[in-house]
Parts: sequence; C-alpha cells; structure tokens
Amino acid sequence: MAIDVARTSVTERGVSRGKPPQRNVGRWISDHLVLMIGILVLVYMFVPIGYIFALSFNQPTGRSATAQFESFTWSNWSTVCEPEGLCDSLRLSIEVSITATVIATVVGTLMAFALVRHTFRGRGASNLVIFLPMATPEVVMGSSLLAMFVSTGFDSVLGFITIVIAHVLFCLSFVVVTVKARLTGMDSRLEQAAMDLYANEWQTFRLVTLPLAMPGIVAAALLSFSLSFDDFIVTNFTAGQSVTFPLYVYGAKLKDFPAQLFVVGTIMFLVSFVFVIAVEVVRRRRARAWA
Amino acid sequence: MTHSVPPPAVSGEAVVNGEIARRRGWGWLLLVPGMLYLAIFFLYPTVQLFLTSLYDPSGNYVQGYTLTWHFANYVDAIRDNWHLFVRSFLYAGIATVVCLLLGYPLAYAIAFKAGRWKNFMLVLVIAPFFTSFLLRTLSWKTILADQGPVADFLRTVHLLPPDGRLLATPVAVIAGLIYNFMPFMTLPLFASLDKVDYRLIEASGDLYSSPLTGFRKVTFPLSLPGVVSGTLLTFIPACGDYINAEILGTPKQYMVGNRIQAAFLTEHDYPLAASLSLILMVIVVLMVVAYVRRVGTEELV
Repeated sequence: MAIDVARTSVTERGVSRGKPPQRNVGRWISDHLVLMIGILVLVYMFVPIGYIFALSFNQPTGRSATAQFESFTWSNWSTVCEPEGLCDSLRLSIEVSITATVIATVVGTLMAFALVRHTFRGRGASNLVIFLPMATPEVVMGSSLLAMFVSTGFDSVLGFITIVIAHVLFCLSFVVVTVKARLTGMDSRLEQAAMDLYANEWQTFRLVTLPLAMPGIVAAALLSFSLSFDDFIVTNFTAGQSVTFPLYVYGAKLKDFPAQLFVVGTIMFLVSFVFVIAVEVVRRRRARAWA
Repeated sequence: MTHSVPPPAVSGEAVVNGEIARRRGWGWLLLVPGMLYLAIFFLYPTVQLFLTSLYDPSGNYVQGYTLTWHFANYVDAIRDNWHLFVRSFLYAGIATVVCLLLGYPLAYAIAFKAGRWKNFMLVLVIAPFFTSFLLRTLSWKTILADQGPVADFLRTVHLLPPDGRLLATPVAVIAGLIYNFMPFMTLPLFASLDKVDYRLIEASGDLYSSPLTGFRKVTFPLSLPGVVSGTLLTFIPACGDYINAEILGTPKQYMVGNRIQAAFLTEHDYPLAASLSLILMVIVVLMVVAYVRRVGTEELV
C-alpha cells in the first residue's frame, strides 16, 4: 500500500498538469458524480467505526453491550483492562504479530530478491507455489495446518508457536508479491552506476539497493502486521487454548460482551490512523527536502 | 495479485535493463528458506489434509482414524453439503460484483478526481480496517438489528414489510461480506487506475467518443489488471468466510466455511472436514485459473 502512496506524488503532478478545462455541463456533472459516489462509499465504510466509537462511551444496562446506546460514561475508558483476559489477549496478539511480521518480511524479501534479480530453473514453479497460499481460502489453510499438527502429534503444543507458524504462512505470499512489485519497478542502472563508481557488491546493496527497496519492504511489513493482528479464522484452528484478541472478541460475543472491547477498537483505530498520517507527513517532508 | 503491479516496460531499453539485472549463479539460494517453509507448512499439510479426507469415517476423535483410502467420503460430503457450496459461491459472487460496482467509482475518484487529497483519501480507504474486523461486523449487527436505524428507515418507506427483518437474512450476510472485503477490491483497482495515463482518457474524448464509450474502450481495459486482482482478492476469501454468516445470519445462511469449521472444531469429524476443505480449494483454484485465462492478464503474481 505504501508503495502506491509513495508513487502517487510523481503521478499527481502529471495528472493535474494534464487535466483539461471543463468542457461542458455534462462532463462537469459526470466528473463530480464519480467523486460524490466515491465519498458516499467512504462514508459507508466509516459507519461501523462511528458505532464502535459511540459504544465505547456507552453504559450498558443489560448484560450485552452490543445493544442500543443507553447512557454516556467515561468508565469503560478507565477500566480497559478490567475484563478478565482482555489485555492478556492483546499482549499475545501483539507478540504474535510482531514475530510473524519479522519472520515473514525477512524470508519473503529474500524470496522476492531471488525471483526478481536472479534466473534459475524452476522460477515459474516457485511463483506458482507462492501464489497457491493466496488462492487458498483461510478455512482450508487453517484446517490443513490443524490436520498436520494433529496427525504429527503436535496437538499438545498448540499455542504461540503454532499461531506464529500459521501467520507467517499467510503473510509470506503477500510480502513476496509486495516486495517483488517494488523491485521490478526499480531502475537497475542506479546499481550499475554505483558499481561503476567503485562500490563493491555489499556496499551497492547496503547503500543503493536496500534503501530503494525499503518502501516496498515497509509496506509488506505493515500489511503482514495488520493481516496477522486481525486474523481470526486461521488462528481459531491453530491456537489451541491460547487466546488472541480476535479470539477474545469472538468468545465475548457468545457470553456477556464487555463494553471495554469497543474502547480497544477505538484505540486501535486512532493509534494506527495517527501512525499512517505521521508516516505520510514524514514522507512528504523528505520528498520536499529531496526536491 | 498485487497492490501495485509494475507498469509494463514501455521502451525496449527498459526490457533490456530488466534482463541485465537478472543474474545466474547462486542467487536461488535466497529462495531456499521460504520454499522450505512453504513445503513444510503448506504443501505437506495439504497432502496431510488429502490423506485425512480418505480416513475411514467410522472412526472417531477419541479412538483415532485409520487410513482406508475411503474415496466415498467425497461423495458423501458433496451429497450432504452441495447446497452450502452453491450458497457460498452465490454469496461470494454477489458480494464481489457489488464490491466492484462500489469500489470502482471510489478508486477512480481517488486516482483522478481527488487532486491533492489523493493520499488522504487512500488512507481513509484502509482506515476502517485498522479496527478488528470482528468488532466491525458486530457493530453491523447492531446497525442492521430489528430495532436498528436501517431497518426502521426501510420500514418507514415501506421497502421492508412491517414485520420484515434485515438481520438473519441473506441480505445482511452479503452486506457484511461486501463491507469486509471492500479495501481488497479498492486498493488493487486504485493501483491500476493510478498508472493509467490520464491523457489517454482525454484523447478518447478529443476523438469524439462519449464518456461512456471512452470508459468502455479506454479506461476499463487499462484498469483490467486491477479488476482481476481485486475480484480475486475479494472472491477467494469471501468463499471461505464463515464469520459474516455466523454473526449476521442464521444457520439458514450458513456457508461452507461454517460447516468445515464445525466439523473440524466441534464435531471432530476430520474426514468430512478435510474432504469439504479440499473440494472448496479445488473449485476455487479451478475458478481462478479459468477466470484468469478468460480475462487474459499475465500480471497475476
């Protein structure tokens, strides 16, 4: 995703330069109609977020917090960790996501380099094997992993390790694809220039190739983290008795649903929103400094 | 299958450069850790799943199963659950089409109409997905509830009979699928549209094509890689999803994912669950291959 964000700045200028003066009324309406529809779709996507935000201040009277808004309170925010196991599940989710992201990003980046930069027999087959996990519905992936863990006698150790194994698996393909896209779009003449200027292979890699590939690698890592953090289906199969945050939410749905979950949802939204905006601001500053 | 497929090389020089960059030698060693990983944790489990699907169905979780190459499991699985497959592909198909219809204008607006707000709008597309998807689906449950605002409104304008419901209907389940997979559609579409040279679209207008013809003959074909990636990234997970059916629907709306999940985790009927999983996987892969061949794009992975 960040690749596109990074790329847009270049095309942006081209687009606005090429934009014609409005030709006629019909054209004007059709132009703005598309924008209007786009904005409406965005609004639709934000409706549940508004609900989560509002319900985080709800003082539920009944057992279930998913009911209507009853009365305003701050107390959910001051007692976030009060529901049993909620913050433990958050901690486990964060640990799992970070571990899975690091492994998937490193391994996947190596694979992307091999596929884009090197030629060898079996490249086509490798591409197919990397594509297959993405064409596999999560429920199939989860059940096949569980089938393997059960049949090899690993069902007693289901937990952190098996969750990480599963998460790395479905993140890996996305990392390869994202980093590959970045590497393919890179101008290899920059590296040749570095070599011409007497940089050795390692220096070229460290000072030229890696910085150029970085936006793709960062995008891949962010994608992995969010896929892993939010995963329910595969985790449900491989977690055993461990409870990640999505599993906690799912379990809470069946019993009484603590309103603090909406607080966590709101915090997650705000933290990542601020993070993404901050990354974008830094990127713009840097782009300006370069120009 | 990517959020940003690189643009096809335009000049001959770029192609040559791409070829130069690719080297022979020991580079393939970089692939080894990842391939080993996929072999152990993807290919081997798939084989294991296949073997599990051929276990003797008369066994059980406690006493264990024996491998008897019981291919009749597949016949039983299809006979008892074919309606679930039909429903899954129907729901996922409708959701994918609606996602495309909603996501295309959005991606188009971001790529061509948003101006300096482009990056901000892009952030807004993914922003809702920073929050847990279970929480979002649960809040849809509240929104679509019998006493909720949407159902109330639809009853007021008589689009819904006085005792009509939204929740626990196919509409609610499909709406949930549409909502949850929207960014998987929008982002690849945007990545594709963003690379389209806007001057080509203008040129079609200069050459007296109506906006509609221009869209049909220029814009849409150029965005086809994004359409393919987006529809695949939406359709594949939607087929196997069971959360939306479980939260927003009733057992009457259950999809094949619900059945697999229940067979595996609550009934411990491993042979049934494994054969259902494999049937789903094979159908999905066949559909994907047929679709990609039909649309004819090479920029899949």
